[in-house]
Amino acid sequence: MAQRDEIVDAMASLALFADLSRPQLAAAAHTFEEEWFSEGQRILRQGFTGSNFYVILEGEAAVRINGETRATLSRGEFFGEVSVLLGEPPTADVVALRPLRCMVLAGPDTEPFLVTYPRVMYRILQAQARRLRNANLWRG
Amino acid sequence: MAGVADRPFPPGRYPLVVVGSGPGGLQVSYFLRRLGVRHAVLSEDPAPGGMFLRYPLFQRLNTWSKPYAIAERKTRPYEWYDWNSLVADEPAHRSTVPEFMDGTSYFPSRAEMASGLAAFAERAGIQVRYGCRWQATRRDEDGFALETSDGLYHGRAVVFAIGMAEPWKPPIPGIDAVPHYVDTPPARELAGKRVFLIGKRNSGFEIADALLPWARQIVLGSPRPPIMSVFASGAGVRAKYLVPYEDHIMGGGVFVLDSAIERVERTADDWRVFTTGQRTGAVEFRVDQVIATTGFSTPLRDLPALGVATFNQGRLPRQTPYWESSTVPGIYFAGAVTQGATGIRKHGHAGNSAGVAGSRHNARALATHLARTHFGVAIPRPALRPDEVVTFLLAEATRAPELWNQQAYLARVVTCDPAAGWVDDGIAPLAAYVDAAGSDAVAVTVETDANGDHHPTVYIRRDGRVNEHALPANPLLTFEGEKQRTELAALLKDLGPQP
Repeated sequence: MAQRDEIVDAMASLALFADLSRPQLAAAAHTFEEEWFSEGQRILRQGFTGSNFYVILEGEAAVRINGETRATLSRGEFFGEVSVLLGEPPTADVVALRPLRCMVLAGPDTEPFLVTYPRVMYRILQAQARRLRNANLWRG
Repeated sequence: MAGVADRPFPPGRYPLVVVGSGPGGLQVSYFLRRLGVRHAVLSEDPAPGGMFLRYPLFQRLNTWSKPYAIAERKTRPYEWYDWNSLVADEPAHRSTVPEFMDGTSYFPSRAEMASGLAAFAERAGIQVRYGCRWQATRRDEDGFALETSDGLYHGRAVVFAIGMAEPWKPPIPGIDAVPHYVDTPPARELAGKRVFLIGKRNSGFEIADALLPWARQIVLGSPRPPIMSVFASGAGVRAKYLVPYEDHIMGGGVFVLDSAIERVERTADDWRVFTTGQRTGAVEFRVDQVIATTGFSTPLRDLPALGVATFNQGRLPRQTPYWESSTVPGIYFAGAVTQGATGIRKHGHAGNSAGVAGSRHNARALATHLARTHFGVAIPRPALRPDEVVTFLLAEATRAPELWNQQAYLARVVTCDPAAGWVDDGIAPLAAYVDAAGSDAVAVTVETDANGDHHPTVYIRRDGRVNEHALPANPLLTFEGEKQRTELAALLKDLGPQP
């Protein structure tokens, strides 16, 4: 029983949580819930309200709009934040491509979480900036 | 106890084997029998009741059974006002828990709950082979073989209704020496003592509440702030246990601490608990007693070795929306273990399956699914006239206990069958419905939005694609008004045969 909390270790190794201290990580780990998805299972559903914020711990997922794959996501990446931040249904499905292990934060808990951990918010902003830059490069 | 020969279900081959005689096992056996699925029920316990033979430790549940409610006792709508009785199609078998309640509280005592469960088992004629311990599991030619203390059982499928029954502690150095919730000493033995409770969920607050008149000081510590059910729909510390929290807010000697527990040490005359909190920094507590109120895990025994994948540090099996192991087809779960199937998690809410209130309704959907998919039972699909569909769906949203107990988790499904027209397909997991292919259909749920308003929500499948629509809320929770009727009728226009 003396090993450290495995979830805390898993989160500590992700860039998103890299700035958190150990007690902060422990609190964060207990704020998220762990969830597994089987291959082919939908996690986000295009057009459905009440979605949540997900961080991938293991596995791979596809982002699909009207059935067409637009991107794949893997360990350390996150999804659902746009829908949660804007309070709008997701504009894409996210589907597990193989068994997918996530940490999930309930939509309504996301704002208080990000306000409590501004360094995580900053990391999310950075990731969004990268996505925006890549989208612009792609368009250009 | 009767001799081996007198007991039901001798070792041998059965279409299906159910393990467990708590609420989950009793409820799934009841529905399987209604559907004509032959099965054996095995239990290591001496009597029905499962966890309620022993817990809650301080002898009163935190879920209501209202002897007098808006709906009449023994009716289906009443089940929403009685979260603890098992459910039945025959009025005589319904609402058994309130019959035993003495009127001192609308939270039944443990003994009242156990009596209600035993009465259900007896009246509904649920047969169980008690005193038969499941010991090991292996696959065989067309299913599973279960070794038990009475001999070998074979089933094409197995339903494990084995509870979240095994005391669980998180990996904290020194915690092995700390007694678990289940070994909490009687409250009076802690008179005048300082007590540290590791964990801030219902069981932590239950103990804190019981110790308020006895302990000198109570500390509840864990990394995350407590979640109160009055502020978050569904899971959370129930209002029944809010008194220790109020004591903490007022500074009366209860401390509710958001801190990681670094380690616990037993000394010659007390305990030391080393904590680190974001606001408090490192703090060392010296107390007379530490108790791990850290919850339970599923006693899966050798199922992980058989390939049953788990999550949440091995505490729960990973499950499909129909509560089948994600990795070993044919292994199913009922009762509290079904909380491992979290549905589509609207607003984070993962159903109410940890309690009897939710899992009793899961059992109906599970039995129906097993009967249809494993045993070829033709499930009745009552026909609805096109002009009845809107009325039927809104009545369900207003009064169906399944939809209220399992918000955004269980749905009433009405299908537009190409041959039969509109048919009632009963109660199904929402997650299974929204991701399944099939005929045009509509499913209704009850859901609570981010503002706390309850809405009927419909999921319309048209040409294989499901769209969601929330219907207007109503402050008196009746959804059968003109606004809802007009909106739902417009949504269903052009779907199926027309009135």
